Amino acid sequence: MEEKKHLLEQLHDIQDADKEHHLSPKKVVELSEKHGYSPAKVYGVETFYTMYSTEPRGKHIIRICENQSCHMANAKNIIQHLEKKLETSVGGTTKDGLFTLELSSCLGMCSVSPAMMIDDVPYGNLTEDRINEIIDSYKEGK
Amino acid sequence: MKFYRMHVLVAEDTRSIMAGAKRVEEALVEEIRLAGLEDEIRVVPTGSLGFSDKDQVAIAIYPDNIIYCPVLVSTVPEIVEEHFLKGRIIKALAHPMEQKEVTMEERTSENQMNLDIQKRILLENVGKIDPENIQEYIAADGYVALEKALFSLTPEKVIDEVKKSELRGRGGAGFPTGLKWQFTRPNPGPVKYVICNADEGEPGTFKDREIMEGDPHKMIEGMILAAYAVGGTHGYIYIRGEYALSIQRLQKAIDACYEYGLLGKNILGTDFSFELCIHSGAGAYICGEETALINSIEGKRGEPRKKPPYPPSQGLWQKPTLVNNVETFANIPAIISNGGEWYQSIGVEGSRGTKLFSLMGDINWKGTIEIPFGTSVGDIIDNIGHGVRYDRKLKGVILGGSSGSLLVPEELNTPVDFHSLAHIEAGPGSGSIVVMDETRCIVDICLNIAEFFRHESCGKCTPCREGTAQICHLLEMIASGNGLPEDIDHLEKISQTMMDASFCPLGQTAPSVLRQALKKYRQEFLDHIHNSNCPAGVCNMNFTEEV
Amino acid sequence: MENKTVNIKINGNDYTVDGSLTILKACRQAGISIPTLCYMENICEEGSCGICVVEVAKSHTLQRACITQVYDGMEIQTNTSRVRQARKTILELILANHPQDCLNCAASEICELRKISYDLGIDETPFEPTKDLDLPLDTTSPAIVRDLNKCILCRRCVKECEIVQSVNVIEIAGRGINSKVSCFMDKGLGESYCTNCGQCIKVCPVGALTEKNDVDRVWDYLADPKKHVVVQTAPAVRVALGEEFGMPVGSLVTGKMAAGVRRLGFDGVFDTDFAADLTILEEGTEFIGRLTKVLNGESAHLPLITSCSPGWIKFIEHFFPKCLPNVSSCKSPQQMFGAVTKTYYAQQKNLDPRDVICVSVMPCTAKKYECLRPEMDDAFDHWKDKLMLKDEDHFQDVDVAITTRELGRMMKEVGIDFEHLPEESFDSPLGESTGAAVIFGATGGVMEAALRTVYEVVTGQALPKVELEIVRGMKGIRTADIPMVSADGKEIIAKVAIASGLGNARVLLEEVSNGTSPYHFIEIMACPGGCLNGGGQPISNDPNVCEKRAAALYSQDEAITIRKSHDNPEIKKIYENYFEKPNSHLAHELLHTSYVERDLYELEKEDN
Repeated sequence: MEEKKHLLEQLHDIQDADKEHHLSPKKVVELSEKHGYSPAKVYGVETFYTMYSTEPRGKHIIRICENQSCHMANAKNIIQHLEKKLETSVGGTTKDGLFTLELSSCLGMCSVSPAMMIDDVPYGNLTEDRINEIIDSYKEGK
Repeated sequence: MKFYRMHVLVAEDTRSIMAGAKRVEEALVEEIRLAGLEDEIRVVPTGSLGFSDKDQVAIAIYPDNIIYCPVLVSTVPEIVEEHFLKGRIIKALAHPMEQKEVTMEERTSENQMNLDIQKRILLENVGKIDPENIQEYIAADGYVALEKALFSLTPEKVIDEVKKSELRGRGGAGFPTGLKWQFTRPNPGPVKYVICNADEGEPGTFKDREIMEGDPHKMIEGMILAAYAVGGTHGYIYIRGEYALSIQRLQKAIDACYEYGLLGKNILGTDFSFELCIHSGAGAYICGEETALINSIEGKRGEPRKKPPYPPSQGLWQKPTLVNNVETFANIPAIISNGGEWYQSIGVEGSRGTKLFSLMGDINWKGTIEIPFGTSVGDIIDNIGHGVRYDRKLKGVILGGSSGSLLVPEELNTPVDFHSLAHIEAGPGSGSIVVMDETRCIVDICLNIAEFFRHESCGKCTPCREGTAQICHLLEMIASGNGLPEDIDHLEKISQTMMDASFCPLGQTAPSVLRQALKKYRQEFLDHIHNSNCPAGVCNMNFTEEV
Repeated sequence: MENKTVNIKINGNDYTVDGSLTILKACRQAGISIPTLCYMENICEEGSCGICVVEVAKSHTLQRACITQVYDGMEIQTNTSRVRQARKTILELILANHPQDCLNCAASEICELRKISYDLGIDETPFEPTKDLDLPLDTTSPAIVRDLNKCILCRRCVKECEIVQSVNVIEIAGRGINSKVSCFMDKGLGESYCTNCGQCIKVCPVGALTEKNDVDRVWDYLADPKKHVVVQTAPAVRVALGEEFGMPVGSLVTGKMAAGVRRLGFDGVFDTDFAADLTILEEGTEFIGRLTKVLNGESAHLPLITSCSPGWIKFIEHFFPKCLPNVSSCKSPQQMFGAVTKTYYAQQKNLDPRDVICVSVMPCTAKKYECLRPEMDDAFDHWKDKLMLKDEDHFQDVDVAITTRELGRMMKEVGIDFEHLPEESFDSPLGESTGAAVIFGATGGVMEAALRTVYEVVTGQALPKVELEIVRGMKGIRTADIPMVSADGKEIIAKVAIASGLGNARVLLEEVSNGTSPYHFIEIMACPGGCLNGGGQPISNDPNVCEKRAAALYSQDEAITIRKSHDNPEIKKIYENYFEKPNSHLAHELLHTSYVERDLYELEKEDN
């Protein structure tokens, strides 16, 4: 299209290419200098959107929903169980660097709540057993 | 096109994929090949078959009109052998309402689609065609409306038809679509944008996803028609970054359109050209607000802009811009094919056509439904949702999302239309219906909503930034047994100020469920405050004496 | 856009106003003031604070007066209970997350939040804090201190930095209740590409942004009997200091200022204006040198760009390092003064330079940064071998720079009744100056002062009229052609340009950078309007503050008999007795400097 590639897409690209799934300051400053953005301005954008991270993250990103429908389906307990299973709290990364656990706004999977996504893969009707099974399958697959 | 005697449609919406639909599809293809039936039977992935509340894979078989559910990889060989080779329906696997063989017709009437209530215009192809195959959409009369418009209607006439249809925007505000188009058309300039707002983020809403995953071409055709009507040259689909499957399906659909000459230069050989691409968001509910969305595409923080200027005169990159919602665009092809008058005959005065709703909560059947305007909320719950779960008593309904309204059982006979709902300070909003049974605590529900808005407030204006946080704090105090009698007044005061003085609709509507809860369920708040008692037993009342 | 008038009603009364006005402006015209905490005309029109809401008939929500345009038939209510309730609740919400420490807040007297809260009758907020109010101060900058706990997120500083200054070192980061004004990666201002101009301090409605307070360091020096403490006051201080004591904007208080600082106990009360005259001779000579070269077909970097403004210097070092050869090598008057004090003056007075302390009073926060620049220690280098100085003897040319506001506070602290002070003069020899020097404080002043001297040197004749009106004014960018005929009969048209405000500077710099600049000589000041509107000046809500302070400077220029720098007798003397001639070897050693190419951020190390 006629405009240069949009900033959000560029940030997605940087983050996707990063092995720690984050926006490294160095890459962001390079981007800023190349396109004449102010680094502070880009930082303002990075920190506005929840899918970007300025901190390094694990190999897989777990986004778990705690909005209305999931809340009514006891998401709080599910999140607690996940924290226990992963031995990290929301916002944290597991010791082995395999997972980062994040809260997400509604994932649009309300009819199978509670729900989460691991990277691009959605999981619904979560129970403690299902969580164990899913997490273990990723651990084995590493 | 090759002729197949049988089509096997595998539901591959997000939820079905979660349940293993891809593996079932692969198993089917493999077993059919082993059985030597690959030239006779075709396996087609499709959108939701309407079993979205289950963690199960469903497949539909045409022309036999049979639905099997649940289908596991291990049951595939039996289906292929019994049904495909021997022609015998496996009753035990057929999707059950009470264990009997269910055909498509029966399913529609018994399970979810009481046709008296539902009417499928938007979802007509969902669950019937392969959303990743443009030919199937075309075979289902897709792009006929576009052809009709390009070769026999002027842009003005297209706008006329949309105006005649009385279609109102489905994003929440309900602005007349034809009028918006009419405002956009005369604004001059070599570049004009058409943006599809696919940033569906209202908690409890997933109806746009149903269209994007089940029938993406319908929405795209609507966008191309809109571009033709208003003089649009470039289009964006602004979609939530979290909707990975929708993004993938839409991209495939766009690629196919370019290949078929339905997008790009000189569409269908005419002078009309239109470029379309996807722009994925990065996690911000506020970007559902059209000016915030525009800022986001421009690479800025997704904060709302002051209006005026409105997008039709100065939108994206200061150019004239039309922004409509997914569902709004998806209505357009049928309106152009059948005429505005036809569409205007559906629904009720002031609210024409059909409306998608996401139905969920404490209800027996959850999923996306399509109803003509005028159906009552109670009807939807009883006849489509099969009533409250576990035969419990209904406590209330949150209609139109977290920024919507709170209906008590006595209000459920209200017809779902803009006018009737406005009488009870409600509206269709985002199109979600969350049913709450008697075990729910209203303070807990309000706190959850408050947490959502505290998280999603962009922070630009004081009333919303500080108000959402303060409401959340006060509700936390009440829910933990530390509320004070004056907290109710404080909540009301802050809510009023947010409605009056917030910069954009997010802040103006964030307290609306709370306000109605304080009115309609006041006693429950008082119980929490005065007696440190959560009547529903949900809140953890560890009352601590304040020092 | 449209100039047609519209008929509106405000609080039931009819008004006919320009249809392009906002409600806020229309109300102000009608004598109704509407409170606001975020609005700044043309700069911050975000509508973020929400205090200015009014009721408009047929609108279901309240409307923001600052960004809503009037229309024919509009009916506005500014005083209904709904409006008052909304404004009060918004203030209470802000106050819940604002430290209640007005007693020891630097902005106490000028705090707009405090004033509006008082006006609206708020006694106490009923709400509890909803965020952490224990954030550490950002003290990384030598010029500006940020206290984010006090910040009310009005965004004025962000917009000032972005739109006026085009620096954009701060932005809103995060979202909702967690949003805050932040540098890239939450770094401190001192670790970022902040130019230290301090314009953000001037627009902050609360005490979240203040200058770094160096008052105590000055008191310590003054209390030390071993030290010979001299003070220099910059040209723009004398037209603003009075405001700190309630005098009208634009009061010229040169004599009272000299009397006041003398009563603080300084051993020498001098004037930066002396060094301004020195700057003209050095920079004028440099300009004539470069121009002559170019006219003779040789290569030299033109346009020559002035270097008096340290905010501007840091700006070009970060954003246009390739243009640094165009910047005059002359130090700023503050730094020339420091170097001269600790060499020429110390020698004359027979003082050990280690015991001489140079305090400067500046309208500027960037001067605090400038005197810390490592290369600004030429007096030390000068004496190092002569006096066998050791590393621990090291001193900077200027020891401490305080702002006009800080000087005001010092005088208040010791009970000086400023308005009733007698008029006194500066001390000799570094107190002598000309009209050319005093106008340094206004945008265009350096250019005018330089041209008064350059014209005479080139043509051998005095300017036809000493006031060069053509380079004066408050427009952000101004240009002029100055025709001159040289002694050998050559016709020269000197093309000059003047910019104030870094956003305007950027415009001229883009041209220099891409080689299309048509000018020979450019004056740049970091602050809009020049030093008189510097980041260290008293904070005024008078919309014409720049014009009034400039008028005071020009009136002083007219009142002084000697109006050209090269006619300053003390300047003549210093060249005769010490520097020999402008741009001499010794002048280069003490009065000239060099610049540094700076990255926005140096992140190479961090990532490894």
